[in-house]
Formats: sequence, C-alpha cells, structure tokens
Amino acid sequence: MSDITKQTLSELVANIKEKKLSSSEVTKAFVDRSEKSKELNTYITEDFSNALDKAKKFDDKPNLDLKLPGIPMAVKDLFCTANVRTTAGSKILNNFIPTYESTVTQNIWNEGAILIGKLNCDEFAMGSSNETSFFGNVQNPINKNLVPGGSSGGSSSAVAAQLTPITIGTDTGGSIRQPASFTGTVGLKPTYGSCSRYGIVAFASSLDQAGPMAQNVKDCALLYEVISSYDQKDSTSIDFKRNHYSKELTNDIKGIKIGIPKEYRVDGMPKEIDDLWQKGIEYAKDCGAEIIDISLPHTNYALPTYYIVAPAEASSNLARYDGVKYGFRADGENLIDMYEKTRSEGFGAEVQRRIMIGTYVLSSGYYDAYYLKAQKVRKLIKNDFDEAYKKVDAILTPSTPSSAFKIGEKTNDPVSMYLNDIFTVPVNLAGLPGISIPAGHDSKGYPLGLQIIGKAFDEQNILNIAYAMEEKINFKNKITDWWIK
Amino acid sequence: MSKERSEYLINRNDNQYEVVIGLEVHAQVLSQSKLFSTSATKFGAEPNTQVSLVDAAFPGMLPVINEFCVKQAIKTGIGLKAKINKRSVFDRKNYFYADLPQGYQISQFKDPIVGEGKVVLDMPDGQKEVGIERLHLEQDAGKSIHDLDPKNTFVDLNRSGVALMEIVSKPDLRSPEEVNAYIKKLRSIMRYLGTCDGNMQEGSLRADVNVSVRKKGTKDFGTRCEIKNVNSIKFMQMAIEYEANRQVDLIEDGQTVDQETRLFDIKKNETRSMRSKEDAHDYRYFPDPDLLPLEVSEEFINLLQSEIPELPDEKKKRFIDKFKLTPYEANIMVSDIETSNYFEDVVKKSDVKLATNWIIGELFAALNEKNLEITDSPISAGNLSKLINLIKDGTISGKIAKTVFEQMMEGDKDPKKIVEEKGLKQESDPKALEALIDKVIDDNRDKATEYKSGKVKLFGFFVGQVMKVSGGKANPQLVNEILKLKL
Repeated sequence: MSDITKQTLSELVANIKEKKLSSSEVTKAFVDRSEKSKELNTYITEDFSNALDKAKKFDDKPNLDLKLPGIPMAVKDLFCTANVRTTAGSKILNNFIPTYESTVTQNIWNEGAILIGKLNCDEFAMGSSNETSFFGNVQNPINKNLVPGGSSGGSSSAVAAQLTPITIGTDTGGSIRQPASFTGTVGLKPTYGSCSRYGIVAFASSLDQAGPMAQNVKDCALLYEVISSYDQKDSTSIDFKRNHYSKELTNDIKGIKIGIPKEYRVDGMPKEIDDLWQKGIEYAKDCGAEIIDISLPHTNYALPTYYIVAPAEASSNLARYDGVKYGFRADGENLIDMYEKTRSEGFGAEVQRRIMIGTYVLSSGYYDAYYLKAQKVRKLIKNDFDEAYKKVDAILTPSTPSSAFKIGEKTNDPVSMYLNDIFTVPVNLAGLPGISIPAGHDSKGYPLGLQIIGKAFDEQNILNIAYAMEEKINFKNKITDWWIK
Repeated sequence: MSKERSEYLINRNDNQYEVVIGLEVHAQVLSQSKLFSTSATKFGAEPNTQVSLVDAAFPGMLPVINEFCVKQAIKTGIGLKAKINKRSVFDRKNYFYADLPQGYQISQFKDPIVGEGKVVLDMPDGQKEVGIERLHLEQDAGKSIHDLDPKNTFVDLNRSGVALMEIVSKPDLRSPEEVNAYIKKLRSIMRYLGTCDGNMQEGSLRADVNVSVRKKGTKDFGTRCEIKNVNSIKFMQMAIEYEANRQVDLIEDGQTVDQETRLFDIKKNETRSMRSKEDAHDYRYFPDPDLLPLEVSEEFINLLQSEIPELPDEKKKRFIDKFKLTPYEANIMVSDIETSNYFEDVVKKSDVKLATNWIIGELFAALNEKNLEITDSPISAGNLSKLINLIKDGTISGKIAKTVFEQMMEGDKDPKKIVEEKGLKQESDPKALEALIDKVIDDNRDKATEYKSGKVKLFGFFVGQVMKVSGGKANPQLVNEILKLKL
C-alpha cells in the first residue's frame, strides 16, 4: 500500500470498504504525520490517543455501509465537540470543554468518521491569515513563513499538508475559500441555511456557514453531502431537497452558462490574477460552458457593507463571554471591573477592534447611517445576483486578489488585510454557495484559486463545474514536506 | 357632577394638578417551557435546576421559538381587542449584567406581535376606556441574589428565558384608583384566557409605572419619570402618590422635573433616582439574526380566535341580562373566572337572588376571614345551592341557615344532613305552633293584658319568646299569623 496520507478521501473510503486498509492503519498514519508536523502549528488540541482507541473499536465492529467508515478527521476549533476542548482560537475559551456536539460534527461522526483533533483558526474566525489566533500562527505547507489564509487556516494547512484526509471550516466572509486558495486546496461555502449553525461558536450569525475543505472536488462533494442537513435546533436552517452530491457529480457541463462580472476586475489587481481568470475562462469554454459577460453593479459596496454587518452581529454574539459562566475570568474589584479585565485580557486586538466597530455602528444616532444602510445595500447586492442569474447558471471569479502573503506582512494594516476578502464577501452577503478550486501558480510558485458562485441551493451545479474544470486544470500542489526533519 | 367628585387632583397654592399615568406591565406567559428553549418554567424550583444550554448562553447555542408562547400572546391580544400583527420581529436588546447570560435580551422593538387595543374599566362613576399601545414578547432575565454572601452575588438562571408579555398602556390613567382597576382588569382578562396566572407574589405580574403631572386643563404632558419594577397594586398606588406629589412640589418650587428612572423604596415609601436620562442605557437594538421574522397566517389567528372563552365584559352583560344582576353585583361575579364559574354552578339549581346575596355576603366574608380563595372554598357550589333551596322551600329560616352555613364551612357537609342530624328543621305545623303560643301567652298573662289595652309594641316581645322557646325553629311567618289571632 502506497503512503496512506497521500491518498484522497475517496481512495481511503474505498480501501477501508474493501478491507485493504483498517481504520487503525489509516488513523495511525495521519496521527504519525501530524506528530511530525508540529512546526506547522495546525492543531490547537490533539485527540490522538482517543482517535486510535476509536479506530480500534471501529475495526472490531466495522460498519462499512457508512459514508466515512473509520476515517480520521481533524476539524476547525470553532465547532463544539463533546468532551473535547473548544477554544475558537481565543484565550477567553482556553479552558472551555463543551458537553455537547455541533450538528455538523455529529453528522460526520454519525457516518463513521473519527475526531483526531481541533484545528487552529483566527480568534472567533476574525481574520484572513490565522495570525489573530491566541494559539499562534499557522505555517502554510507551501512555504515557510507564509500564511495559510484565514480564518480556517489550520484547516487549509492540515489538508494541504495531508495531516487529515479532509476537514471542515466555517466561512463568514471567505474563511473557507481564501485559505483553500492560499494552500492549493478545494473549499466550499454552502448556501446559507444549508448546514446547521447549532454548536458552532458564532461570529456573525447571518453570514456564518460551515463547509468542507478537501484535496479535490469529489471529496468535497462527499463531505458536503454528509454535513448538509435540516436542523430544527437552528431557526435559520432551511428544509430543502438535498442531493447525493458525490453520486450525482458529473463533469458534463456542456451548455452551462457561466457569467463573468466586470466589476471584479478591481483596480490594482495583479496581472497574474487577471491572467489566471482568463485561463479559467478558457478552461470553462473547453468544458463546453458558454461564457457571458455580466454586471454586479454594487460589488464595490460589498466590503464596507460586510465590515458593518459582521462586526455588528459579532459585538452582540460575543457579549456572552463575560467571565461569569464559563471560560477565562480575570479578578476584578466589582462586576464591571471583572467584565473589563476579563474581556480586555481574554480577547485579542482584532476581536476587540471588531467589537468596538460593531458597538459603534449599532449605537443610537449611528444605527440608521451605518447598520440600517448596510442592510439596504446588502439587499441591493443580493438583487444584483438575482438579476445575473436570470442570464447565467453560475459565475466565475478569482478567489482572492493575490496569492498567500508573508506572516506579519499585513498585521499592522487591517484594511489591506480586509481587502483579501473582496471577491468572497459578496457571496456571504447574498447567502449564496461558492467554491474555490486551485487553478494555477503565481511567479513565486504559490497556488492561486478560482471561485465559482452558484444560485442558492445549487451546490450540485457548482460542484459539477468545479469537477469538470479540475480535470482540465490538472493542478499539482508543490509541497516539499520542508517542515519534516 | 359626579365626575367632578371622583377626579384625582393634587392641590397646591391655588393650583390644581392632574396626574398622568401609563403602565408597562410585564406578564409572565403561562407555559410549560421557556420562550426559546425547552426548560421548565415551574415557580419555586431549586436554583439553577431549570436551565438549558440555551438559557445559560453556551457557545453555539441558538434560540428556537416556542409556538405555544406565540399563541398565548396572540390570545391575549385578542382579549385586549387589539390588532394582531401578522409579521413581527425579534430584536436583541444589548446590555451587560450577571443574570443576563447572553449579554442581550431577546425582545421585540419596532415590530411587536400585537398592536393597539383597549381595556374598559368599571369605575364608580361609570366606564373608562384605557388604550393599549402594544404587546410584545420577550425573555425574562435570571435573578441576582445579593444577600446570601457578604462579598459575592449569586445568580439563579431558572427564570432566564421565561416568556414575558410586555403590555404597554397609553398614558390614559389618571389616578391610583384607575391603576388599581386597570391592573385588576388586565389580570382578570389574562386569567380568563389562561395566558398568565397573574400571581403578583410570585412575580408573574409586575409593572414599570410612568408618572407625570400637569396643571388641570392643560393639554401638553409634563416630563415623566419611570418607576421600575413595582410588584403589587398597593405599592404602585403608593409610588404614584409619592411621585406625583414630589413632581408637584418641584414645579411649585419653580424647579423642573428631570426625565429619569426611579426606584420605589417600600420601607421608606418614597421613590429614589436610579439613573438620569443621560445615563440611560444605549441598548443597541437590532433584529436577532438567529431568528427569522415571525409570520402568522390569518387562519392561525382565526383558529385562536375560536378558542377564546367568554371574557369579563361579555360575561357581565350576560349576567345582567339573564340573571337580572345589578351592575355592581355583576362586576363582583365576573371579576375572576373562578367566582363566575362558582356563581353559575350555584344558580344552575337554585334561586338567583338568594344565591347572589349568599355568595357576595356570607361566603365572601367567611372566605376572607379564613384567607381562602374561592377555589379553596370548603363549601362546594352544589351544597350552597342545596342550602339556598332549603331556605327557599321553607325547610329552614334564614337565621338557621346561617348556623348551617357555619357548620358547612368546617367541612363540606350536605346541608340537608346537618338540618336532620341537629334537628334544625323549621316548625311549620300550625297545631304545634298554637300549643307553643298558648303556653307563651299563659306564662305572660300580664303582658298580654297590656297588649290588649293598646301597648301594641309588645307584639315583638311575644314573637321573640315563641322563637326562643322553639329554639329558633318556629316558622316566623306562621308565628306572626297565629299570634295575631290569639292575642
């Protein structure tokens, strides 16, 4: 058997089902590689020995009808996992061990997968480089001192470095797609309401969605099929007919109409990105798709709108971390003093910045000018997509305006950091599905991604387009295992 | 003329002031589980035993609306003759406090579930209509307990997340008496509907009281003060009286009233400033992104409408029309659903007039003395109607009936059995009565002579003697008739 960790999820599932591999062998292989990869700092909490026990139990009584039989999997540390510490990358939850399981992770375990650990992420998913985590930077396996993207940076790094066959992240403004793009992996942000938010530490409730991150489109489709479910515990969960996405996956996209929005050709966009986009258009044509120029006129307003709506919701969502009930508490003279010290010491700078922005835009006297206006613009952005989808079936854009940058390069310039999300944020504001697939390398040899945006609940269609283009692109990640001594 | 008399005015140095009052009543929804979680709502449980992960605001927990609470709010809206809003929105009211685990309360701000309505009060000088501004659903907070430890505050989250209806009145109330009538009427309507138990001791009904004063005859409202969280009608009345006089004193002294939130100190019988308008919280209301707008259909509302029982106003009208009660009697009988049910049970099988008098008179007095509610009455409606029938058919006199009633109060005994066992049956046999009367006249020959010679006042003496000799059992009417013949 060739190196187990180099196999795709689909290969591993097949090998376990055909009894060519045991869950213990597979789990041990990923645990061993993870042990050797500590320099990447992908894990916040390891659960290796429990994972090996569970794998053994699975092998003793294997249920091979499951979709993820005995497959080990590390998940972003924003998902609450019963009896395993869940930190959201924050000091304020440093000691928090949930008694409950998020719906999305429960769906995964129900299909036979085994938790091997909790992956690093930006604090409360606020960041685009994984540099805001209380638990430190994550290294991009592509190159030393390169960020893996964020906020699901531990997830993207772990999949790219093959420390887990597949994983899940969350995406509020690009937190799955941007890190996927930075690490040469595939990441899907599903339609809002497709995956339950129950048990996921909330950042911005109206934008947060969980989604799969994988080495290829097929694996991504399989995991999406597992995690997407209607959940009565989440009032924004939507009860729609869900496909067998992996079974129905096809590379036949002949006649599919793909829109190219002119507004995404932003000022100062590197030529490399524009070239990649052009190449993407050619690949899509090669697959038989019809290319149509479209307009999404309010694109320019998406980023400022996002940076009002998301902090506003976050400022309220994070009010519960007050040192009273659980998590970190700093001693204080009185209640107010305790609050102030707990929150000043427990939250990092970026989280504090967003809480302050959010508090400001909701304050009386500013609410109408900021929050209310942002909600109106959000509606206009959604209308743009509705209009476009009268003409096309999907939209093709770059995933990010650049390739991965150096650790520390943008930490003192939040606005430049925020600009990273310029192509991904409109998708969250409109509640639509979007997938990032690796499509080439820049001059430095760093991966670049293309984004395919779909109609609401049309994940099957964008997975198909991604699947077809993946074949044409034939991307190969250049990873040298430089961190393994 | 009569209106003038009952007006509540404050007089100072030739100036007359009118008091303007509006109430924000917080009524706990009668429900098994909380507004957004499945935890129980039972009163008096051990601290922190009725708390779910949602109530304690654990990471990743989400609210899910309890449909029953929505129905209760709509029913209450129907009872208040109010507009039901088919689309309402839950907002977050953000503030920090140790007993508010989420750091925000889920409430309804711009789009409440119930709009304008009205409540009719029966005042001594006639009816008065009080406007309802709105009713919205919201979560209750937990309870901070400061007196268990010198240094620490304890928090009980049992109440956290319990559904409340905030019922906001228009500033239509003008006196402590009207406030009393308003709260009682509101309570009565909700108890008829089964939407709130109205138990003020347990905190199921409490109110924020807005008070302002203005010179009689002026149109503009004065600056108001809000007295927070008053939990008894008596305290509301005391607080209003104190606060109105405080404001009048300020104005008469040439000062102005500051808009502020005040607390009522029960021990000192005064209101105290809690925070000024400048210090008022900025609650940063915004629509809760965890909840979609609440939409209810016409059919849903109609179905609830069909479940609404006869309410106090309609019942009162029926009691007056059908049973010929006076408005005063009808008001008493409909004041709460239990009394009206009791009354209707009694009059099913007995005389209305007698039943009304016995319930309002003897029964209420006896219950009052024992500090019992009508639902705990030792005398069942069935046995009270039996007692009334014994009076009506002449088996016992009204006086004996009181003796029987007293014994019934000691335990719900059948009055017929008491009459038989104690031999209390009224003597109505003319022959037996004649013998008695002859004996009394014989024993009082001198008085009989005086009577005959014109001292007619002595007739009463003879009646009394006969009743005494009979042990109170002689039929008074027959005694009268026979005595007249014999003397």
